[in-house]
Amino acid sequence: MKLLTHNMLTSHVKGVTKGYPLLIKATEVKVNEVEFNPQFVSRMIPKLEWGALVQAAEELGHRQDLPGELVQDYEKNEDFLKKVHRVLLEVEVIEGCLQCPESGREFPISKGIPNMLLNEDEV
Amino acid sequence: MASSCRRPEHSAPPDVFYNEEEAKKYSQNSRMIEIQTQMSERAVELLSLPEGQPCFLLDVGCGSGLSGDYLSEEGHYWVGVDISTAMLDVALDREVEGDLVLGDMGHGMPFRPGTFDGCVSISALQWLCNADKRTHSPPKRLYTFFSTLYSCLSRGSRAVFQLYPENSEQLELITTQAMKAGFSGGMVVDYPNSAKAKKFFLCLFAGVAGVLPKGLGSETSDKAVPNQVQYSGQRCRFRNMKGKSLKKGRDWILEKKERRRRQGREVRADTKYTGRKRRPHF
Repeated sequence: MKLLTHNMLTSHVKGVTKGYPLLIKATEVKVNEVEFNPQFVSRMIPKLEWGALVQAAEELGHRQDLPGELVQDYEKNEDFLKKVHRVLLEVEVIEGCLQCPESGREFPISKGIPNMLLNEDEV
Repeated sequence: MASSCRRPEHSAPPDVFYNEEEAKKYSQNSRMIEIQTQMSERAVELLSLPEGQPCFLLDVGCGSGLSGDYLSEEGHYWVGVDISTAMLDVALDREVEGDLVLGDMGHGMPFRPGTFDGCVSISALQWLCNADKRTHSPPKRLYTFFSTLYSCLSRGSRAVFQLYPENSEQLELITTQAMKAGFSGGMVVDYPNSAKAKKFFLCLFAGVAGVLPKGLGSETSDKAVPNQVQYSGQRCRFRNMKGKSLKKGRDWILEKKERRRRQGREVRADTKYTGRKRRPHF
């Protein structure tokens, strides 16, 4: 599970109002090399919850020098875009779980795939 | 996809039907791969994404990632959701570029509002129409799916579903729940006159009224699938041949050639020699 996907995932359990952002408890993290596409990164930045992204990167210990606040005029700032690209698309959680901030319910992650299947009483 | 039985969703729920054996076909059977890729191409075409822009897409029922691979080929980034671990394992083996999520469509899409620029789904939606558990209510599951999908799509984006509807009631059930959830749009049918080539694509627009694309291989496809069968009157044309064999005669031959042209096949031109009486030794 890449951090881009994590930034979009919420808990969809019935009755939960604040199921975002899911806390990451990772036991295995991998860093891949992914081709840098500045156009895609700069298009995705406005859609991201920046705070959640920084928090997730911190939880994984891969924050490095990612700024806590969004930089102005990031479209031309290739350095900044590269940092965002690394955190969004290159850091991957392989094993661990995601925890709902409201209910504490855990969604396990196995082989990089989060299990978002719900029980019958959660639908 | 159909195996020995006609409709797989009648034999088992999707997480049971798509076991390791079935999943293997998606990585080995070249015909299956070809069909799935073709349908993915058509679905992306119907999505009408802005040119030259990498988009963030959702693949519902991504399975082994065949459709996802096509999305990656087109330069897009995607997240795939599927209910079968066996199929997702095949996707992992094939090292697909998109992120995979194990989930049930009927539980709703677990994403924030406005996440995706579009959604594709190949051969998956019909599985929602069957109640696999006592607690399942297909209309409710369909509505849960469509309403959460509507919210996680950005305004002005589309969702294209290739599906195999069992009958018109099922089609109606699906479209009703989609409209209830806020979508506009309708069905696009490719090659409506061919039993083999006919494909159904449900094209939904989120938050903006759009023009429904035309289906392939048909002149009159600027509206949704008609509820009545077309050409039914023409089928009875040769009833009164008065003792002569039904499958002969120039009229019948010309009609058959016209039928095959409508199916999109290659047919020789009609000339003065078409259906002429041959010499007796034939």
